[in-house]
Order: sequence, then C-alpha cells, then structure tokens
Amino acid sequence: MKLFNWFSRSSAPIARERLQILLAHERNERHQPDLLGVLREEILTLISRHVSFDPDKVQIKMDRGKSVSTLAVDIEIPNSFGAPGETSQHRRPRSKRLRNDGARTMDQRVA
Amino acid sequence: MKDKKSARVVVVTSGKGGVGKTTSTAALGAALAHLGEKVVVIDFDVGLRNLDLVMGAERRVVFDLINVIHGVAKLPQALIRDKRLENLNLLPASQTRDKDALTEEGVAKVIAELRSKFDWIICDSPAGIERGATLAMRYADTAVIVTNPEVSSVRDSDRIIGLLDSKTEKAERGEYVDKHLLVTRYHPWRAARGEMLAIDDVLEILSVPLLGIIPESEEVLRASNVGSPVTLNSPASPPARAYFEAARRLKGETIPMHVPSESRGIFNKLFGRKAA
Repeated sequence: MKLFNWFSRSSAPIARERLQILLAHERNERHQPDLLGVLREEILTLISRHVSFDPDKVQIKMDRGKSVSTLAVDIEIPNSFGAPGETSQHRRPRSKRLRNDGARTMDQRVA
Repeated sequence: MKDKKSARVVVVTSGKGGVGKTTSTAALGAALAHLGEKVVVIDFDVGLRNLDLVMGAERRVVFDLINVIHGVAKLPQALIRDKRLENLNLLPASQTRDKDALTEEGVAKVIAELRSKFDWIICDSPAGIERGATLAMRYADTAVIVTNPEVSSVRDSDRIIGLLDSKTEKAERGEYVDKHLLVTRYHPWRAARGEMLAIDDVLEILSVPLLGIIPESEEVLRASNVGSPVTLNSPASPPARAYFEAARRLKGETIPMHVPSESRGIFNKLFGRKAA
C-alpha cells in the first residue's frame, strides 16, 4: 500500500480512515439512541426538586467538538423562585443561564 | 400447496439507492430458480416499482402487493409467473402514492401465505430507512446487504445493519438475522490501484461475511435494457457467474470467493480469496 501512496491517485486509504472514524461514532450513538432525551429528563427532575420553573423554557444543547464536546443547559427561572409547588407570578423577561444566576449557581449546589 | 414447504425469507437491502438492489434481486431470484428452487421475488418499493421492468414483466402486471393486502385480489391472481423460468414468480409493488398502503399485518399475512408455497421469498427493499424498507426486512430470516465500494454506500449499509439487528421480528425475539454482504459495481483494477475501497476494507469496516463480489459490467445494463435478469440474459458473463455463485452460497454451498472476469484466470489468480 505504501508504494501506491506514492502516486497521488490512491484515495481509498483516506476513504477507509474516514469511514472507520465516522462509523465508530455513529455506532456508539446508536446504542444510546436518545442520550439528550435521557439527560434532559434527569436534569429537569433534579432541578425541579429545588427550583420551580416552566419546563417549556428549557433548552438543552450538545455541541460535538474534535476533542471536547459541550453540553449546554439553559433553564429560565422566575426571579422569585422558590420551593417546588410554589407558583411565582413574576418571570424574568429574558432567559438567563442558570450558572450565571447571581443567587445560586450550579457550582455552589454541587459543592 | 401440495408439498408443505417453508420458505427462507431474504431481504435485499442497502439503505442507499442506486447500488443494485433490484438488479441483484432479479439476478439472484433467477439464479436460484435456475438451480431448481421455487422462488418468488416481491417488490416492496411502493410508488416506485421497478422490479417488474427489470424482469420484463411490466406489461403483465394486473394486481399487486397492495391489492392483495387490501383484499382486492387473491395472492395467486397477483403472482406473475416468469416466461422463461416457470418456478420464478414476481409479486409487483403498486404505483400508489399512499405510503401507508403497506401495513405490518398485511405484509405478515402475505409472507405467511407465500412461505408454504415457495422455497425462497426474496424481498426487494426500497432505498432509505422509511416504512417500505423496514417492512421489507421485517420478517426476513436472511439479509443480503448490497454495497458499492464507496463511502456513502458503506455508511448507509452500516445503518441498515443496525436496523436489521433491532427492527426485524427475529431481532425482537432475540434471534439473529443472518447477514451477507454483496459488493456490486466492483472494479478490481481500481481497488488494486488504491482508487477504490478494496473488498477487505469494506469487510473490515462492516464485519459482515461476504456473499459475493459482482464486477462492474456493461452486461448488467444490457440485461435491464431488455428486461431480463443478467443471470438469464448472459449466464456466462462475469456478473452472472458472480451472481450464480452468490446464489449457491445462499443455498449453503461453500465456493471459493473470487471476482469473475472476462479474461479467465488472471484476475482470479490475482484476487482469489476464501469465502468469509
């Protein structure tokens, strides 16, 4: 094969490598068909135990990078949030990331 | 109906369109019939039927698969017996645009009825992974995955393999659909020059045993032009010989794997390989 690579027409090795990488990734995803759905469900259950919010105002996004992937969870929480069950009348006009929220951050909760 | 048969249900599938599913269904069906087996080929491509055309029966279609499912016609009325081989039959697809015309229960009933009358039921799957394709594979015992040595075809085949392992009745019962890879439109010299994925590359990536390698040939186009399976139209041609060998492997025979060629010998020596 090395010998053939000297000639520029040998593109099959590239095809093989691209396929191997892609299919390894796609097969992995097939086994966890709805990873985002499961994450969403579990994260929302966890947070709703402590804070009440509108389930429609939740955005969960996954970005796959080359070496690192990011999971962004964006939950809009009313300013006067309280224990679950308490309904709040005032909502923040724009959604704000939970981790940027001045009152309580995810980091503090985890710590 | 006289002798109690129990057919093997084979789905010819690929995911990607244009790789040779219909050609391969016709060629394998005719080859098996030529070997003395009782064969029915079913076109599952509702709305875009073509198996009738490739088999030269387009002017003899009266009733179709959907008519049988809906009770408009009885199964024997819809079956078209091949003019060249009397034990080769075709059940055509309909031209309806209604995608929901094909139902799971309907297909199950038709397959069950055919099982007692034939040795082989070969289902020609439509391209894609929609209803038609999943129903074509639904009751399969065996799958023939048609793949071109090209990236998009290999990727789609991998997707189809995933579906065969999860969406078929056998898979749901915890059993295993027997899978075979049929590589079509293969150019041995291009693969040797590194311009095309080699058979070993495709086998390594998909890890499905090889059923046959069909070389690219003008005979395939010629056969479809005249409406005759290549295995009947030019049985001595390289693609026909490859299909005949694939058919015998399907039957369980062990035949050394090679790529048939015009110049007998040279390629066979160069690309001779053992059956997977």
